[in-house]
Amino acid sequence: MIRRLASAVPTLFIIIAIAFFMIRLAPGGPFDRERVVPPEISANLNRVYHLDEPLPKQFVRYLGGLARGDFGPSFKYRDFTVTELIAAGFPVSLKIGLLAMAAAVLLGVGLGAWAAQRRNSAADHLVMGLAMTGIAVPNFVVAPLLSLVIGVYLNLLPVGGLGDGGVRYLLLPVISLALPQVAYIARLSRGSMLEVLNADFIRTGRAKGLTERRVVFRHALKNALTPVVSYLGPATAAIVTGSVVIEQIFAIPGLGRYFVQGALNRDYTLVMGVVVTYGTLIIMLNLAVDLLYGVLDPRVRSRE
Amino acid sequence: MSTPATYAGEAPARIVEPHKRIQRTYWQAARRRLLHDPVSMGCLGILFLIITAAMLAPWITPHDPYTSSIVNRLKPVLSPGFVLGTDELGRDMLTRLIYGGRISLLMGLLPIFIATLAGSILGIVAGYFGGKTNMVIMRVADIFFAFPSVLLAVGLAGALGAGVVNVLISLSLVFIPPITRVAEAATTQIRAQDFVEAARATGASAPRIIVGHVLTNVASPILTYASSLIGLSIVLASGLSFLGLGISPPLADWGLMLNTLRQSIFLAPVNAVWPGAMILIASVCFNLLSDGLRTAMDVKP
Repeated sequence: MIRRLASAVPTLFIIIAIAFFMIRLAPGGPFDRERVVPPEISANLNRVYHLDEPLPKQFVRYLGGLARGDFGPSFKYRDFTVTELIAAGFPVSLKIGLLAMAAAVLLGVGLGAWAAQRRNSAADHLVMGLAMTGIAVPNFVVAPLLSLVIGVYLNLLPVGGLGDGGVRYLLLPVISLALPQVAYIARLSRGSMLEVLNADFIRTGRAKGLTERRVVFRHALKNALTPVVSYLGPATAAIVTGSVVIEQIFAIPGLGRYFVQGALNRDYTLVMGVVVTYGTLIIMLNLAVDLLYGVLDPRVRSRE
Repeated sequence: MSTPATYAGEAPARIVEPHKRIQRTYWQAARRRLLHDPVSMGCLGILFLIITAAMLAPWITPHDPYTSSIVNRLKPVLSPGFVLGTDELGRDMLTRLIYGGRISLLMGLLPIFIATLAGSILGIVAGYFGGKTNMVIMRVADIFFAFPSVLLAVGLAGALGAGVVNVLISLSLVFIPPITRVAEAATTQIRAQDFVEAARATGASAPRIIVGHVLTNVASPILTYASSLIGLSIVLASGLSFLGLGISPPLADWGLMLNTLRQSIFLAPVNAVWPGAMILIASVCFNLLSDGLRTAMDVKP
């Protein structure tokens, strides 16, 4: 476990290094505008942001800042540092992401297990058909449709912004974000549930007179959950990814929106800051999933 | 995604001529199985239609894709002269969809093609030579792999700027690591087998063994895997354009059309659905076709 933790640090360092040099070496800069500024002004700008120094020196300066939790100034939002922008966006994204994740796991496992018990029935086919569609439709297609039908035609929920931050405003983004994951987890847990329900120990459980409820919840579900847990890592990555698009569509001031705005404005430090945050987040979550996996399946632990 | 129900298999009618033994090579058998799979053939038909239409766009489209007209803005479906209606600038929807197919499909196929070439070379080299070479290549691939592809693409598009070529570059970079992984795994497996050992014993050089013995055996897992990425590539490219990081406005692209029409979704919801539907149809068809290919080539997922 400590080895896994130790290998996370160099991975993060390489992500930072690759991102840093790739962004710096690409042609064009953050001060390229329609209007050409006099060379003295751009030289001054470059000096203020240390862009005139050699790249390795800039990189060391950036790393030094990172170590102190300083992501540097934003090139576009002049009144804010990147740290402030990330601090503002991160909680919003985290809230939406966690809600979507919870919805995906609860609904996905529930639907999957429910369908597995009714194997080859109409309900099973319906759930799996919907899941198939849910996986295939990109969320930037689903989200506008959802906001049109639920937000405009039925006029049930607001279609953009955070408003007062209440649940009503979060519902549509969370649904659009969770939908593909619900679909995927439903398929996954149906498959593993079917496998487990055919296992010998389930037959034994039924033979010794356990109620069906106890067999399913106590014995089958716990064992069927392992593939779902190992999917949690990719699921997190997918939800982080999805949030980039969803926040854009629903005008939510989260991390993903800053990422896209930063990329559009070529705001180096902002893009870098978000990349570093995402990188750290994903590495840590993958570690957490590994730990959880060990808790659920003791065989994994003994192998190390 | 597996579709066992769609697997047609070989027709039992062959039994009529019991003495005639049919000998087929692996590739002939695979092609035969694919041709007998109705789902794959259906998808192939739809894709053929879309691709042909995109290629013949200037000759078959009823309007010019770039001429806008204020009076004809957001005409509904089946308006006279505009079968699928018009977009927010009064341009013919059908024309734009067909032209959009050119860029959207190119964005799906070309990055995969480039990534397959580069990824196979990297993966086969890593797998065949092993040791330090393997470690360096696979470590770098793993790091890229750990980072979600969309974020990578957005970051790269941010670094390189928007535009067709830059999207092509960033998408190719996104798909190289996963393909490298598959190629490496397949090569490592093949390398350990006796016939490779035998070839080495006869004094064949490394390039000769790779081209003559390894490549033929790793081709099918790499190709089926690469084909399964085409749908994703189309969705990713459209997603980038949708975010404004891909194709720039006057050009037609399904993702970009979806984004610009999204603003008019309350006025003309049906019009806004078309580009989304096209993205969906194309990516689902590519995915199903790839499933069929996997079954036909008998590759374990």
